[in-house]
Amino acid sequence: MARRSEEPVFPNRLLPYLLLAPQLAITVIFFLWPAAKAVQQSVLREDPFGLKTQFVGLANFHRVLSDPHYLDAAILTVWLSMATIVLALLFGLLLAAAVDGVLKGSGIYETVLLVPYAVAPAIAGVLWFFLMNPSIGTLSGAIKALGYPWNHQIRGGDALALVVAASAWKQIPYNFLFFVAALRSIPKSLIEGAAIDGAGPWSRFIHITLPLISPTTFFLVVVNLIYAIFDTFGTIHATTAGGPGQSTTTLIYKVYNDGFVGLDLGGSSAQSVVLMAVVIVLTLLQFRYVEKKVTY
Amino acid sequence: MVGGTTTEQVIRHIALLLGVALVLGPIWIAFVASTLDPADILSRSVPLVPGGHGVQTYTDVLVKGHARGGAPPLWLMLANSLFVAVAIAVGKIVISLLSAFAIVYFRFPGRMLAFWLIFITLMLPVEVRILPTFEVIAHLGLVNTYWGLTVPLMASATATFLFRQFFLTVPREIADAARLDGARPMAFLWHILLPMSRTSIAALFVILFVYGWNQYLWPLLVTTEPRYYTIVMGIQRMMAVPDSTPTWHTIMATATLALLPPAVVVILMRRTFVRGLVDSEK
Repeated sequence: MARRSEEPVFPNRLLPYLLLAPQLAITVIFFLWPAAKAVQQSVLREDPFGLKTQFVGLANFHRVLSDPHYLDAAILTVWLSMATIVLALLFGLLLAAAVDGVLKGSGIYETVLLVPYAVAPAIAGVLWFFLMNPSIGTLSGAIKALGYPWNHQIRGGDALALVVAASAWKQIPYNFLFFVAALRSIPKSLIEGAAIDGAGPWSRFIHITLPLISPTTFFLVVVNLIYAIFDTFGTIHATTAGGPGQSTTTLIYKVYNDGFVGLDLGGSSAQSVVLMAVVIVLTLLQFRYVEKKVTY
Repeated sequence: MVGGTTTEQVIRHIALLLGVALVLGPIWIAFVASTLDPADILSRSVPLVPGGHGVQTYTDVLVKGHARGGAPPLWLMLANSLFVAVAIAVGKIVISLLSAFAIVYFRFPGRMLAFWLIFITLMLPVEVRILPTFEVIAHLGLVNTYWGLTVPLMASATATFLFRQFFLTVPREIADAARLDGARPMAFLWHILLPMSRTSIAALFVILFVYGWNQYLWPLLVTTEPRYYTIVMGIQRMMAVPDSTPTWHTIMATATLALLPPAVVVILMRRTFVRGLVDSEK
């Protein structure tokens, strides 16, 4: 591999640029240009008719960050992400641990448990929205029978729980797959050795399995976090539309809503820039994991 | 041997069956609801066995659509989704294959810059730049076009890195031998690298097909005319009918049809897909 970086295989001068052209053209036109525009607009203020624009420095950022609704959306995003990640990881790990030692039928389980991966976040939202419908939902009916008057159309907490349930459900297969792969890579001799030493299944799981799969867990936390912040847009937009009130308005939903519905160009752009910073940090975190894997 | 006792196996199977119920339950309820008589849905909670109204409902939505929600016939939305998903998957694979080939097999000024530009796309998902992206799309006249629905999503850092990773494992001697035999670069790519990359390409195709099919925000931004709706975003128009109860049987039929194609692809290609997913993220 070291040799490859020294000399090229093919001497062509123009060809590599032609090969890269489509990828770079799309990147520049549809990624860099809009991103630059977001940065530019975040320091401008435009009147609603788009007639006048003026430079306002960091005023948009100040306005956005001191807006209590923005703070609410940020806190909500954190809660929603944490709940989604914990649920999706827990169920994924539980099912992976169950399937890893099963003697018959693991192939069928692994296939069926994969299905929600194929379901779009928006569709997952619609499925759960129906399941939890206050008057005719199957699950909400069961919850009501237990004495809790479920209604996500009125109560914000219920709406948030609905979004979390749909989002976690959709993400279980992904975590399941990675946990299965991680569990399979643990040498059986380690587990058996511990068993001979008298460690029970629970103690073996806590003291041997969990530490060994921790790199996978860390990677999944980052991936799930990115998912919970960004991909839940479809789930929310197709079902609760950010409500009732602001109870399911996440940061992403707010960027969309302020920009497209509220037509607050500067404010929406400033929010975009803040989110870009968040993604950059998360992406670098994700790649740190990759780097670690390589040096193992 | 660890984990071989009967009790333990029984517990494992119970846990897994509960998992299966959790995973398939919401989908099954949706399917059952789509087969019920519309009058029955609103009167009681959904039963566990399908009703007899399914053929009627599915024929209706596929042919007529959902007039009140302004959604076109479902066959059109399904066709749009299929086209968009295949175009995005194929486009991403071709574009990434070419870029990875350029980066691994050539040396040229700006190579590292190109690499970083591709990497940056990972950090700029559509969600963080919704409004300016829409402006660019509108500026280029791509609103309500199939170009607008597909081309902007074809850049892919993940796929490029995957192919790059794979090319780096191909022994240098193979390329040297090919060149000494007089093979031109594109012939080498086409006749040697491409056949060797078959499994990666198949795995990526499944992942990217699902990715393309499940796009939501992008079609929402790029389309205003119902005839360009994809099914995953079109369902929102049915949900959001103001001042009336949603017609649940048609919505659930739409949800079922929207999740069926990617689910079938994932199930049929499970082995390829799982290996590809676990590899591509590492």
